[in-house]
Amino acid sequence: MQTQQISIDNGVNVEAILGAREALTEAPEAAQFKWRATSEWVNGTHTRAHVENFFGLGEEHKHRQGFDYDTDHPEIFASEDNGSTPVEMVLVGLAGCLTAGVATVAQNRGIQLRSVKASLEAGMDIQGILGIDGDVRNGFDGVRVSFVIDADASQQDIEALVAQSQKRSAVFDIMSNPTDVHVDVSKG
Amino acid sequence: MTRLSGNPLAGAVDVLVIGAGHSGLAISRFLSARCIDHVILERGEVANSWRTERWDSLKLLTPNWQSRLPGYCYSGSDPDGYMSMHEVIDFISGYAECSRAPVETDTEVKSVQPLDSGYRVVTNRGEWRTRVLVIASGAFNLPLIPAVSQALPANIRQLSTRDYRDPGQLENAGVMIIGASASGLQLADEIQASGRQVTLAVGEHVRLPRLYRGKDIQHWMHVTGVLDEKYDAIDDIRRARGVSSPQLVGSRDRRTLDLNVLSAAGVRLAGRLAGVRDGKLQFSGSLRNVCQLADLKMNRLLDSIDDWIVEQGVDEGLDSAERFAPTRIPDSPCLGLDLADGEIGTVVWATGYRPDYSWLEVPVLDRKGQIRHDGGVVDSPGMYILGLPYLRRRKSSFIHGAEDDARDLGEHIVAYLDVVSATSRIKMAV
Repeated sequence: MQTQQISIDNGVNVEAILGAREALTEAPEAAQFKWRATSEWVNGTHTRAHVENFFGLGEEHKHRQGFDYDTDHPEIFASEDNGSTPVEMVLVGLAGCLTAGVATVAQNRGIQLRSVKASLEAGMDIQGILGIDGDVRNGFDGVRVSFVIDADASQQDIEALVAQSQKRSAVFDIMSNPTDVHVDVSKG
Repeated sequence: MTRLSGNPLAGAVDVLVIGAGHSGLAISRFLSARCIDHVILERGEVANSWRTERWDSLKLLTPNWQSRLPGYCYSGSDPDGYMSMHEVIDFISGYAECSRAPVETDTEVKSVQPLDSGYRVVTNRGEWRTRVLVIASGAFNLPLIPAVSQALPANIRQLSTRDYRDPGQLENAGVMIIGASASGLQLADEIQASGRQVTLAVGEHVRLPRLYRGKDIQHWMHVTGVLDEKYDAIDDIRRARGVSSPQLVGSRDRRTLDLNVLSAAGVRLAGRLAGVRDGKLQFSGSLRNVCQLADLKMNRLLDSIDDWIVEQGVDEGLDSAERFAPTRIPDSPCLGLDLADGEIGTVVWATGYRPDYSWLEVPVLDRKGQIRHDGGVVDSPGMYILGLPYLRRRKSSFIHGAEDDARDLGEHIVAYLDVVSATSRIKMAV
């Protein structure tokens, strides 16, 4: 580990994270988390989702407050555009995850960040979701993330930050690897 | 050594070493020099896994000049070459002979149990008692094959690097190789050259050039001290111990074997094997990032070598500094392969090995099945382990790494035996 300088502050409490890492190595059962969201259809393609509770460290937790997210489709799909599309929400998740990783790794490596900006773009052939061509997948055919980072570090060190962030990113993993998805339904 | 003939007790010793590979022989040499009564139990012959569990074309990843053991070094005419398996076997057997190592061959350890003081070692040829046990049976006993292998369709042949010998063993169909460490790359190279289309699943890996500035990369890692880095001085030893072997090959022309070389030869690169669903292999979309990580890491090492050369002022006669082309990634890396269409005939697991401790009836394993130890001093009095990756130093699992580790642990053993003897004398006096 590079020596940490007192002056470096990206607002990340690295000591707490390293402490948790140490503690959870000894108590892996406490590392089991459950992330949750609930949602309710509003109208048309408009849905409102709510995030508030999660489970981890052996007990239930609540965010400081609940958060609501509206998803919808744009007007060119004859929708009302009451929120971002669900696929854009996936990009939101990836941006948040990778950027949090960059800040954390930078703090741990003693690199002061001044600005971290990312643009994300995902290609999608909507022949898939419209059922026009069965060979076209529904989801993204690729995702491109472009970071612009201003920091007290060399180009190579900044590239290493972003690479390490991808290596430790949950959303990057979720998007780049298959995940078993189980959906059930009951009449309510 | 006390021998009791006609008794199931084969003998009682101060130190019993399991495994007559380079590590076991190195510590034996140290113990002999200190006149410590010991024996080495070997399930087969000296250097057994080198004889029986390696593919035909394999050569050491380290150059001949680096092959050395306590009081013994390479004396041939090609210091910059790389030993074939036959040469490794001769080298290690020669060492056993010149050390007059007390090896009991064809003696397989069936179980080890704790005694009040020391250990009971049950073998196929009688039982031993020992005060100190040294486990030198290696880290590469059993192929480490992911559970997902069980989901492959039955028409696909599966091989591990332990069973692979040469391409002639494979049917004339495409070959999927899982794993991009030294073995995965060497097999990909040789199998692609045999005319079979290879697809290589690439996870995290270590990229190294064979030569840098005209000298073997091992030379630079040796002189800059990288290989001597201690286990208790680095940031994350758990991670360091799990790092796969670097992408190197020992060849006559001292060539670099990396993913770019393989791509140019027609090997198709895919991401890490992420799953199998409905007879289809699924590959991770992380190929770009694992290659970028490896490129960055290689460049950091080369930077540190260049810095060292400047600091030491030894650049005369050296080739100038260079940086190698970044790993080329296909525009759309392969994300899935259907095993039903007949393209792939064989899946080769080059996914590493794990040690076999099934005989060890002493509670020293952690929840991942690894032995709990501090630099080879196992968490059980009088028990030691040698020859694991990064046991005490980065070089620990290499042949040339045995010397320093054997000396450190040998001294620990001598001190331990002194205490045990003193304690038993006191007990007897009382």
